[in-house]
Amino acid sequence: MENKPRKTSLATLRKWISVQDWFAMIGSYCMDFFSDMGGIGIMFWRTNLSLLRVPIRMKETMEQMYKIGVASLPLVSLTSLFTGMVLALQSAYQLQIFSAIQFTSDLVTLSIIRELGPVLTAMVVAGRVGASIAAELGTMKVTEQIDALKSLATDPIHYLVAPRYVASFFMLFLLTIYADVIGVLGGYAVAIFKLGMSPHQFMRRAIDILVMKDLVTGLMKAFAFGIVIAMVGCFYGFNAEGGAEGVGLATTRAVVVSMIMIIVLDCFFTGLFYFLF
Amino acid sequence: MIDISNISKSFGSKQVLIQTSLKVAKGETLVIIGRSGCGKSVLLKHVMRLLTPDQGKIFVDQLDIFAMEPQQLNQYRMQVGMLFQNSALFDSMTVYENVSFSLHEHYKLPEAEIQKRVVEKLKLVGLSGIENLMPSELSGGMKKRVALARAICTDPKIVLYDEPTTGLDPIMSDAINELIIRMQDRLGITSIVVTHDMNSAYKVANRIAMLYEGRIVYIGTPEEIRKTDNAVVRQFISGSSKGPIAPDVSYQYLIDNHSHPRSDE
Repeated sequence: MENKPRKTSLATLRKWISVQDWFAMIGSYCMDFFSDMGGIGIMFWRTNLSLLRVPIRMKETMEQMYKIGVASLPLVSLTSLFTGMVLALQSAYQLQIFSAIQFTSDLVTLSIIRELGPVLTAMVVAGRVGASIAAELGTMKVTEQIDALKSLATDPIHYLVAPRYVASFFMLFLLTIYADVIGVLGGYAVAIFKLGMSPHQFMRRAIDILVMKDLVTGLMKAFAFGIVIAMVGCFYGFNAEGGAEGVGLATTRAVVVSMIMIIVLDCFFTGLFYFLF
Repeated sequence: MIDISNISKSFGSKQVLIQTSLKVAKGETLVIIGRSGCGKSVLLKHVMRLLTPDQGKIFVDQLDIFAMEPQQLNQYRMQVGMLFQNSALFDSMTVYENVSFSLHEHYKLPEAEIQKRVVEKLKLVGLSGIENLMPSELSGGMKKRVALARAICTDPKIVLYDEPTTGLDPIMSDAINELIIRMQDRLGITSIVVTHDMNSAYKVANRIAMLYEGRIVYIGTPEEIRKTDNAVVRQFISGSSKGPIAPDVSYQYLIDNHSHPRSDE
């Protein structure tokens, strides 16, 4: 009994100092990464194909739209309102040094619409909805309900994935518009009641600074994030294995991978619009 | 009717099925017996094409089911009903919605007709008046019977049963056995039953096949299997821990120590 912990620690130590094990571990992570990305891509392709072949199920899609969109409103409201307020306060703190406090309006509006509106909404929805999709589908997978669907001649991609995909795609777009409005309102409240700007001045500057490109950048991101959240959640749910532990792992992975992909795609889209247009 | 030809399947390094072949005639009930984890359910899932083999083919009415296009595969699956080991009821739907799922999905029937069929199938499995309950409100045995009602709701030509009597009391087990026999007699349904329950196997089977270490080691009528000299089959049907089939390690521990294994404290 006394030797047991010693053996374990030696084995662990050997593993940590073994170069071969390090390479094996990195290789294994890389394989998992590419395999998962490939799997998500294939699922995306199959979902689009299934939507082209058979019309979408309206009842299930509406249910998902409610779960993804309407039920996320309180959380998105809170996040964007406080982000707008904090952004206004922080930028005013810096801008007042240069006596340029009137630029608070420009800064808040542009940051929210181009960047923070879509990204924060996507993060909140990925945490709330992505996790719920992965957990729900993961439970269905480990309790053979997905096999049961197939055995009843129903395509699980069309029945389960497509409604979530379509709902997430449109709801993220609408939620982002909503978050943009609430975020700017948060900044507006701070600018009017704390910084002493006039409502007209704030709104005039906010509208003048915006160009079509800003709106398109933000909303393009919203569509892409909507696809990512649904596809990643569905993919990890469909690939859950084992019991409760497998479902937990699938949920964690879905949230982590969604968030990483959102950040990476955000960078990609920002770069794309910055250099191309 | 069903021709399973040289199916091999492995999961990772574990070879579950090795060149397994079986033939099931039309209207026949074939029972597959074998130890837990020997691949019986895996074999059954191949027949429904829920799994794809590493090697081999399955023909149903001379059609290779692994070469079917999605449309054709759906047509095939509508002819086959499957009862899953853990029932696999849709837990977000009521019993009525579960049983009527296929009818709503694939048949354009009036709601009254669907309701009539659901009530009829539920009555057949000994359940009435539970249409509005959720699966979470049912006992294990009731879930299994609802799953059976769902599997036979569209009057399939082939029914695959994965441990239909596990978790049921002896009276209900017998009722399910009677149901399997009745469906075969009246409707000429072809069945493959996977079970550990030898009483059930003897009662419903036209032939019994034993799966051991990924291969079919014996196939014969219930009378033949009772009289067989095959040591593996004899050990399994007599339920003895001594013989060519090695018990699990934990079970061996029980035999060696004559007591329950205890965790170190």
